[in-house]
Amino acid sequence: MRKGQYRFVAGFLLVPVALYLIFVIWPYIQTFGYSLTDWKGQSQTFSFVGLDNYEALFRDDIFMGAIWHNILFLVFIPVITILLALFFAFMLNAGGRGRAGGVSGVAGSKFYRVVYFFPQVLSLAILAVLFRAVYRSDGGGMLNGALVKLGLVDADRPVEWLNEPDFVLWALIVVVVWHGVGFYLVLFSAAMQSIPKDIYEAALIDGASRGQSFFRITLPLLWDSVQTAWVYLGIAAMDMFILVSTMTSGEFGGGPDHHSEVMATVMMRNFLYYGKSGYACAMGVIMLLLTLILSVVMLRATRRERIEF
Amino acid sequence: MGSTSAENGAGKSTDDAAARHGAGGVGRRALIKRSAALGLASVPAMGLLSACASGGGGDESNDDTRGETSKDNPFGVKKGTKLDVVIFKGGYGDDYAKAWEAAFRKKWGVTSTHTGTQEITGKLQPRFNAGNPPDIVDNSGAQKIKIDVLYRNGQLLDLAEVLDAPSVDDPSKKVRDTVIPGTLDPGLQEGKVVALNYIYTVWGLWYSGKLFEEKGWEVPKTWADFLAICKDAKSQGIGGLAHQGKYPYYINVAIMDLIAKKGGLDAMKAIDNLDPKAFAGSDAAQAAVEAVYEVVEKGYLMPGTNGLDHTESQTRWNQYKAAFITSGSWLENEQLKQTPPDFDMKFLPMPLLEGSEMPFEAIRAGSGEPFIIPAKARNLPAAKEFMRMMLSREWSTLFAKEANSLTILKDGVDPSVQLRPGTQSTVEASKAAGDNTFRFLYTEWYSEMDTAIQNASNELMARRIQPKEWLKRAQAAVDKAAKDPASKKNRRD
Repeated sequence: MRKGQYRFVAGFLLVPVALYLIFVIWPYIQTFGYSLTDWKGQSQTFSFVGLDNYEALFRDDIFMGAIWHNILFLVFIPVITILLALFFAFMLNAGGRGRAGGVSGVAGSKFYRVVYFFPQVLSLAILAVLFRAVYRSDGGGMLNGALVKLGLVDADRPVEWLNEPDFVLWALIVVVVWHGVGFYLVLFSAAMQSIPKDIYEAALIDGASRGQSFFRITLPLLWDSVQTAWVYLGIAAMDMFILVSTMTSGEFGGGPDHHSEVMATVMMRNFLYYGKSGYACAMGVIMLLLTLILSVVMLRATRRERIEF
Repeated sequence: MGSTSAENGAGKSTDDAAARHGAGGVGRRALIKRSAALGLASVPAMGLLSACASGGGGDESNDDTRGETSKDNPFGVKKGTKLDVVIFKGGYGDDYAKAWEAAFRKKWGVTSTHTGTQEITGKLQPRFNAGNPPDIVDNSGAQKIKIDVLYRNGQLLDLAEVLDAPSVDDPSKKVRDTVIPGTLDPGLQEGKVVALNYIYTVWGLWYSGKLFEEKGWEVPKTWADFLAICKDAKSQGIGGLAHQGKYPYYINVAIMDLIAKKGGLDAMKAIDNLDPKAFAGSDAAQAAVEAVYEVVEKGYLMPGTNGLDHTESQTRWNQYKAAFITSGSWLENEQLKQTPPDFDMKFLPMPLLEGSEMPFEAIRAGSGEPFIIPAKARNLPAAKEFMRMMLSREWSTLFAKEANSLTILKDGVDPSVQLRPGTQSTVEASKAAGDNTFRFLYTEWYSEMDTAIQNASNELMARRIQPKEWLKRAQAAVDKAAKDPASKKNRRD
């Protein structure tokens, strides 16, 4: 680089870096600072309490339970979403019967792609309203209505989907997966389309079945995209705030009886409703740490040799 | 990436942003560097704490909003100043406040900025924190800022000055003496009235006069009569009791009111005063919970009511899908659009358990919709005058007209105003109750305990726990609140 260029580049970088420091890093630091106090969130008076909040956190059954729920989401949401998205994407791009020697998707795949992507257009708030109607706990709910009509559920005792400790987490997982599959399908489709067709054709000539061409060709060549999807979905699973807080019972959701609690809902309740804002900030710091660890671990664990083509 | 950023809703920490950049291909190195930077950055945070502590806008002088005081202008409202009004726009709407503000401008020449919102906390918490709150706030709804929290942070004006000022209608009386006795109590924190609960509310059961006439049901006075109606209703394919299951607050009205009526005021005060025998070992509490559980056990609940939110369950009730529902007197205004014209909404005190200390007519009555004046309000004189005007007959009548509800002002509604049937029936019920009213305060004092009891009630209604377990859990919540040093000072006699 010529002399003077450095200054030029630095000049451009300075503003974004400063903005980043002020609006991203500074709030972290503030949150950490508040987490060491007994701040109540409605004024600027508080006193320093050291690590008391963190100590209390580890004795807080509700928060600990919430971490477990997040971990459960973390295990199931990415796995189910990615598997479904991969399956559909493969079917749409390379799953068709090898007509005339070419590699193509199943019939009508263009139409399916639009249909699958459709849930992605909806915002989470709309999604929550929509699925509250699906899971509604009386005969007016879509699920209950259908089940009652089919005679599978007693009209006097409809299933209270979101009010059943055993169902509520799964009900939420269904919503997230329903919402996410379309997006990852498109992501994987794009990646699949960049795979040279000759590779498939060569495999077809060698007599590879659909399954073989998927596991031996498609998946290895898609690994980068899968890895990206994994991290994104993992982060979404660590969050879940909007769905849980709007769909389930309780102040900021988490009901019934804390069975659907996630870290963010416990944090918000403590922050705004109980006025234990310092304590909530400690939860925020723990959430940050866990999310960071998660990202690092997932990127490490899924690291593979990159295949060039 | 639309999806994941949309998931970063309110309250979501921004933590993910950093991680997401890492995911997008910047790579691990950047991620690790960033987390290392965070670690470093957190060290100076300790030093910065003290800076934060002194950051809240200090005491500003309000001199520019204070005018001359006089007999008619006890607080010294100054013409041409501005008043910042924030109103919770819920069951009562906010048209009443707009009518008040117009009247205020006409009389005092003070223009107001009006904000009608449901997100009280979201809009106001940053302002309180920054020392820049509005002048008067109707702090209600699901997202109200808890009064106990605000009070402990020194954000609320002691309203004694307003209450001791002369009444607008009769200057020989203090404002304090023109309101219904006991209605100021819920605004108490450590003996000071810091919130004016403006709306007179009664809580209990509600039914449709039309449905009852059609079925030939009599208004039940005892729990046995109540169960008999539920049974008859069920046999005709109607639910007995509906409640707003997503918000167990409502079924707690039934449980707690039965406790108070069975065990008398002492049973109620034991709970508010965090007595070690508030629930465990209290005969009244046991009888009340068992009575409510009987409704569940016999299948008299409206099917699915446990999972419905308030509008859903109330609308079902308006469609004659249930005989009774628990609620407070805002119900009629809230359901205005869903109620059939001939529904004939009626209020009913909780029926009596055997051996109750209070008569059937006794009701949970009191005041709701707390109006507060922030201690750091910019235009304190106008805010105080606004509140004094709220307790005038003119403004109280305006409220009754616009919001279909009563205020805490004694005989506060002009007789020319025609009340709706539900509101009319609450007027009659509170006349019949006379001094036999009661009001729990723990909900205002101990948010965490309230939440824990609500959770237990939700489990009870869903048949996942039995009355015994409910009592145990409720008592545990009381004991926990009693141990918290932050909540020692509230006590009622």
